[in-house]
Amino acid sequence: MSDGKDPLKGYRGLARSRLENLGMRVWGDVRVRNTAGSTFEGVILPRSETFDDLHVVLKLKTGYNVGIHVDRIESIEELGFKEAVYKIPEKAFPVTPDLPNVTLLGTGGTIASRLDYRTGAVIPAFTPGELYGAVPELAELCNLTTKKIFGVFSENMSWVEYVTLAEAVGEAIEGGADGVVIGHGTDTMGHTASVLSFMVQNSPVPVVVVGSQRSSDRPSSDAALNLIHAVSAAARGDIAEVQICMFGPTSDHYGLLHRGTRCRKMHSSYRSTFRTIGDVPLSVVDRDGFTTINPDYLPRDHSRKVRIDTLHDDRVTILYYYPGMKPDLVDALVEKGYRGIVIAGTGLGHVNKPLFPALKRAIDQGVHVVMTVQTLWGFAQMYVYDTGRDLLKLGVVPLDNMLPETALMKLGWVLGHTDEHDEVMAMMRNPINHEITEREPHNGYVILQGGLPEVDEFITDHWK
Amino acid sequence: MTDSMDYKKIGLRVGLEVHQQLDTKRKLFCNCPAGVYTSSHDGAVLRHMRPTLSELGEYDGTALMEFKTKKNVVYLLHKSNVCTYEMDDTPPFPINQEAIDIAIEQCLMLGCDIVDEVHIARKQYLDGSIPTGFQRTAIVGVEGSIPFRERRISITQISVEEDSCREVSDRGHLIVWRTDRLGMPLIETVTGPDLRTPEEVAEAILCIGRVCRSTGHVRVGMGASRQDVNVSVAGGRRVEIKGVAKAGLAPALVHGEAVRQVNLLELRNELRSRGLRHADDIQVHHEDVTKLVADSQFDHFRAATWQSQHATRAAGSRSDLEHGGGDFCVRAVVLHGLARTLSWPTQPDLTFAHELMGRVRVIACLDQQPTFIHNENWPDYEGSQQELERLRRSLDCSGDDALIVIWGAAEDTVTAAEEIRLRYVDALDGVPHETRQPKADGSTDFERILPGPDRMYPDTDSPPQAITRSRVKRLQDTLPEPPWQREDRYGSVGVPLPTIHFLIRRGGARLVDLVVENCGSDLAWTCYFFGERLKGLRRSGVPVDRISDEGWLTLFNRFRQQPALRDAWKEIVSGLAESPDLDTVLSGLGLDRRLDDLPESVRVAIETEPFQQPSYNDGQFQRFLMGCLMSGLRGLVPAAEISSALSSELEART
Repeated sequence: MSDGKDPLKGYRGLARSRLENLGMRVWGDVRVRNTAGSTFEGVILPRSETFDDLHVVLKLKTGYNVGIHVDRIESIEELGFKEAVYKIPEKAFPVTPDLPNVTLLGTGGTIASRLDYRTGAVIPAFTPGELYGAVPELAELCNLTTKKIFGVFSENMSWVEYVTLAEAVGEAIEGGADGVVIGHGTDTMGHTASVLSFMVQNSPVPVVVVGSQRSSDRPSSDAALNLIHAVSAAARGDIAEVQICMFGPTSDHYGLLHRGTRCRKMHSSYRSTFRTIGDVPLSVVDRDGFTTINPDYLPRDHSRKVRIDTLHDDRVTILYYYPGMKPDLVDALVEKGYRGIVIAGTGLGHVNKPLFPALKRAIDQGVHVVMTVQTLWGFAQMYVYDTGRDLLKLGVVPLDNMLPETALMKLGWVLGHTDEHDEVMAMMRNPINHEITEREPHNGYVILQGGLPEVDEFITDHWK
Repeated sequence: MTDSMDYKKIGLRVGLEVHQQLDTKRKLFCNCPAGVYTSSHDGAVLRHMRPTLSELGEYDGTALMEFKTKKNVVYLLHKSNVCTYEMDDTPPFPINQEAIDIAIEQCLMLGCDIVDEVHIARKQYLDGSIPTGFQRTAIVGVEGSIPFRERRISITQISVEEDSCREVSDRGHLIVWRTDRLGMPLIETVTGPDLRTPEEVAEAILCIGRVCRSTGHVRVGMGASRQDVNVSVAGGRRVEIKGVAKAGLAPALVHGEAVRQVNLLELRNELRSRGLRHADDIQVHHEDVTKLVADSQFDHFRAATWQSQHATRAAGSRSDLEHGGGDFCVRAVVLHGLARTLSWPTQPDLTFAHELMGRVRVIACLDQQPTFIHNENWPDYEGSQQELERLRRSLDCSGDDALIVIWGAAEDTVTAAEEIRLRYVDALDGVPHETRQPKADGSTDFERILPGPDRMYPDTDSPPQAITRSRVKRLQDTLPEPPWQREDRYGSVGVPLPTIHFLIRRGGARLVDLVVENCGSDLAWTCYFFGERLKGLRRSGVPVDRISDEGWLTLFNRFRQQPALRDAWKEIVSGLAESPDLDTVLSGLGLDRRLDDLPESVRVAIETEPFQQPSYNDGQFQRFLMGCLMSGLRGLVPAAEISSALSSELEART
């Protein structure tokens, strides 16, 4: 039924056989009379395959959809045929000689899109012409080149895609782009930004990862403004690092540029979901320009030569520790051939005692075990308690305040370069781009607690 | 413009969209409590609405218009009644099944067919009234009808949908909304365009209101039910008058709109007779004349006046959000060949200039008063005529042309000039599809272009809901009686129609049926009790609505056992409103005893009467004695028995 030409797309079982018998097809403009004597006029829509097999969906002339139980169809006649055409309008993206050149790489997700009003299907806008039609403001910022690398949901991104993406970034930079924007689903945007921070080093220009929390088929979407901010950061921003550009507050107000190695999605659906953890963001971006927050960044310098290094080993995992975890989990990982284990430990970097022998066996077999903290904020400091000291003695290496996901990405990347334990650990502990920081500023950990009078006063008066 | 009008001749057709909030515990798509209103806020969000590309790759006309307004939209939040769903920061939760049940009840009562599978759609609104930019809505029933004036009104469809925000203010480029009402479930009942006179419209609104109330599951009170009234005349177009709060306001609004459409059609003919037929025929040019009127004595032409208007109404740091782009600008707009159209009558006491002002106010955000001035209604000030002449000369404005002068932020004045042109283009076609807002004086003003079916699309966040026939049957079996059946039943025992309508509207009908069925109470007397007597007591401040169903049943059972108690209804009900235990109330009133010897009481009353020379056959004397006896015996002995005992005793003494 995946055949695009299936005349009963998405229908199965009873509904399918009834419609077949009645000689009906999707996109047929029909008049249905049901057993109660009601008449429905509209177009038969394709049906989602996850829905039941009892109903046919009509788009009525009012624009509403209704489902009619096939057992209640008294008569049906086709009055016409109105197939939806999935095409997005293109307007030539204007070329302005004085403006910077930005390359937009697409990985999937919908930065800008058009909606098919009948099916609700979202058709991504991606070519410069399509994007210009959807977000004309971009033409005031840059000359745009786009390249669709693949179309996957971000949870389906993996090492193969990371390599392709990193190489595409390299090509764009070599090709003279003044900045690169990567459109990406938000779920694993943090992972991608972090792995690109290792695979794309020494960039002369900004590499900006952007997405949206409300899809662009909605009037209230954050997509257009995020894209404008990201293109602005790529075209005119001074930060030549891999960075994430997403909403600061949930209001349509400003975006934040987060360092790729220190950023995490912290809410499943809020617009302001991305937060720099354990540090402050790099910069604020809005329509008027940039306000630097953290001046310690690699500035734009066109004389610099980008270094693309995509070596990696995907046999790495995160072990998210919980009380009562059994050692056989660790044994299973070793048995299955994993070469690196990032533990997200409790508190300052702990696991229970019964795991110790299993960890020892793993390390003895040459598996590289590192420790991060599941609190996300703060350092793995294993000298404080006996448990930590015991783990150190076993050969578990603490990664200070490196985020667990960043540690996973880095361990995979490092293991592509060496399997020699001391080298691995030296590389892991030697920060490439602030994935470990020496100091945690006191405003690097701010989770305001709602309900407190002073906090509620603050959030009453500020745009959320 | 005369008030009498032959509605049949002009082909008046009116349909209704009646919105009624449902009495559910929770909102439609989240677990926030429904019906908790607040007047303060503890959080605020700033948003903008951006149109999405339509099917043909064009921006929907309405959507684009609303985008042109460049509104800053602020939502005020209060944690007691909204969560992150209303802020559009969390996807919807599964639809509230209680609301679906009530919607099905409503459909059944209106004779609708229930759809088999409810599909939730998004209906776009870019005015900011809903933070997502769309309203989630779904058809539950289709094709019903109700009896009305010896015929039937057709019900096209009934949908369940989420209520929108309440507007707090709309100034310049800033619109502020309160979110407490947002997301509360309501049903929209859409009738066919079956109504023919303004009076019928008011009656039909009340009629549908009674159907809603008959389910017993809807909210009452200000704002709980609102209707949109769709009006057209032959040759005109459907215009939606939005949010008519009371049936009584409808006739004037419908009449005014009928007059407006007739007049707009006449204006179209006038424009045609001037050779203006196509959009290109409307020639408008405009110029910045700020310098030209720099020394004007007209206050509004000065930047200082305009700025002070903004400064005084600006509240705190948000004032920036109200301002349009650019510096203060006075702009003259010349309308070629359109002389004498600005004062063309439209609604009673209004002219075509008001049509333009409505558009300019909404779309260009120029909401100062007056919105603009024009040559057919030029204000009187020192040197005013000379100034008008100077402007006409400078812009080459001939006697056949009309001239409008607008002022405000420069970018807004350009938008305004363009909107003026577009409104004239619409005038070539007669009546534009519009949503209009009702004013207290019975007139209407432009709100927005009427949205079309292209703004509807499926809600990809919500799965469809199958409605099983067994669910429909369960609701059908317990369905309350529709109002017209009640009217027949109560009417047949002589209850007046206004009393019946009151009982249906205020929920008394349910209590009437409850006690008639369970306590064998007389129907006519019970209607009188709940529809008239109780109304008086409620008005005088007795909290009669506190009395539970159980309380009423106990009382009416006792009424049956001791009919005499009915005479003391006022004291007993007042007591029950304060204390739920009937026996306590009765003993407090001294009604917990029985009187065995009535003749003895009567004799005592007669013999202790204060008159020296009783005249036993005097009617006045008898009424006086009756009063004395009742005050002591009310509730113990039925009045009729006392009266007859008194009569026979008096007769015996004459």
